[in-house]
Amino acid sequence: MPSARLRHVAVFLAVAAAAQLLAVGAGKGFLLTQLTMAAYYALVAVGLSLLMGFAGQISLGHAAFFAVGGYASAALTTWNLASHRGSGLVAALARAGLLQARTDLYGGSLLTVHPWAAAVAAVALALLLAWLVGIPVLKLSGHYLAMATLGVGTIIGSVAIGTEALGAADGISGVPRLPLAFGAAVTGDSDQRVLNYWVAVAILALAMVLLLNLVRSRVGRALRAIHGAEDAARAMGVDTARLKLRTFVLSAGLAAVAGVFLTHFNGGIGPSEASTMKSVKVVAMVAVGGMGSLWGTLAVSVVLNFLSLRGYFGTFDDAVFGGILILVMLFSPDGVLAPDLRRSAGAAWARLRAARARRRAGAGEAGEGGTGAGEAGAGEARDGAAGAGGEERP
Amino acid sequence: MRLLEVQEVSKRFGGVQAVNRVSFGVDEGMIKAVIGPNGAGKTTLFNLVTGMFTPDDGVISFAGEPIQGLPPHQVAARGVSRTFQNIRLFDRMTALENVMVGRHLRGRAGFVAGMLRLGWTRREEEAVREKARELMEFLGIGALADREATSLAYGQQRAVELARALAADPRMVLLDEPAAGLNMRETADLARLIGRIRERGVTVLLVEHDMSLVMEISDEVAVLSYGEKIADAVPAAVQKDPQVVRVYLGDEEC
Repeated sequence: MPSARLRHVAVFLAVAAAAQLLAVGAGKGFLLTQLTMAAYYALVAVGLSLLMGFAGQISLGHAAFFAVGGYASAALTTWNLASHRGSGLVAALARAGLLQARTDLYGGSLLTVHPWAAAVAAVALALLLAWLVGIPVLKLSGHYLAMATLGVGTIIGSVAIGTEALGAADGISGVPRLPLAFGAAVTGDSDQRVLNYWVAVAILALAMVLLLNLVRSRVGRALRAIHGAEDAARAMGVDTARLKLRTFVLSAGLAAVAGVFLTHFNGGIGPSEASTMKSVKVVAMVAVGGMGSLWGTLAVSVVLNFLSLRGYFGTFDDAVFGGILILVMLFSPDGVLAPDLRRSAGAAWARLRAARARRRAGAGEAGEGGTGAGEAGAGEARDGAAGAGGEERP
Repeated sequence: MRLLEVQEVSKRFGGVQAVNRVSFGVDEGMIKAVIGPNGAGKTTLFNLVTGMFTPDDGVISFAGEPIQGLPPHQVAARGVSRTFQNIRLFDRMTALENVMVGRHLRGRAGFVAGMLRLGWTRREEEAVREKARELMEFLGIGALADREATSLAYGQQRAVELARALAADPRMVLLDEPAAGLNMRETADLARLIGRIRERGVTVLLVEHDMSLVMEISDEVAVLSYGEKIADAVPAAVQKDPQVVRVYLGDEEC
């Protein structure tokens, strides 16, 4: 039902607008900065939610794909090619319009890869990496992807922190703005704060529309089938390895896009973005949001990231996310906002309302109760009558 | 040329020779049954034909082309569909959605088309939904379309599996003990249903324990015992085969 999907997106945009008005109205416009960052991190989480909830695979290295996007963007847009003007390659890139000349803070002349060219290259690099990792691993059934991505995450993390050209422990700073239309740009400049908030919200909303469409499509149905009974899905002609691989690559691509935009927004990126703990955090958020619930993941990850970025968890930040993961696995493995739980909560609410209606009816006119129970009984009778092939399990 | 031709196929699991140099064939439009005591290798044979297992030895050809060793989705793409002995429906999906997955092979919409929800993908989805509904009506379970598949009664779940197996318009469907768990009336319904499936132009190969069902509907019956084929003929001949009688009723000395 397209209308339901669009309605949900409209609600999301309305909530985003309300948050903006509240923050600005209360004179705390600076909160929009953390909300913008939280929105980009949420993009990583919804991408992982697709992988975990629909392809049934876990990536323990999603921060690595985010970091590949961010670092590649940062490196390409800060690497000064001015002294290589003579080389054929640089000249060719310049002719193709892929370079950008500008001056740095001290008036020195800079010649770097254009931010959009860098962005495309960065996302392509992350997609390629995911594809290379996924190909051998996703042919096997089981949770080998978790192991492989843990390895990738560790490698990317240590490359980030150990490579001088990538700024080692300091990371890369001085990343230029990513120009949009009409003088607007993805940048941390405070005069473009509201605009950047809406850029992040719009990207997140667009990603949600695309993913929700996908989930309801032929591919989404096949993914849910794999999750339900893999051998039966294969017998129906579903190429499970291929679908899982593509889902993983798509999911990694979303993380890379988030990495690119957030790096331009922050003006830089550091090695902590590539840490394994970051990856675990995203897994925790998806777990809370509910496997297979994209909206649940979005809501949870925006809120938790915002709280984390505002420093509400203090030095216990990692411990909080570890604790969340344990609690969710113990008490509600399908997630706190999972459809099943929502359904049972909805049913409880309906019962409560029926009881209240009964009480009210009872107060006015005794002996009129039991309507709720009557409806339930009728529903069961209908279900029973629908039987055609056979009624009972032997 | 037979539609399915199994030649000298063997499969060993550790020390157990599950299937030993078995050969048999199925003609287009035929209903053929494979019977045998528990552990005779019937389900293994099904799994070999559908690509779930790779044979250690031998050739399996479908419509003249070798298919042994192909992954299950490629075997399915050539027109071989199946149901499962232990019902394998997709949970958290409605009966209709289960049947729609069965039509996966006839769709084209991939990741990009699905995400963009292009006009033709919407029309394709509508056509898939129509086909699934039509099949569920055909099997008498149209009223169950929007029920969660795994919450249905046993016999109904079997019918949903059958609809799912037929959804891609296969040339041949393999039914793994379709009558298991059904009562006599349901089994009689099933016999009529299998006949109607054949009338749709689908060749049927079934594994079954229910002798009366097998003898009533099959054109040919192959009998397996301890992984080897001991008989393969029309039902009347198989019933009189002394070796088959011995396998099913035991030796006189026993």
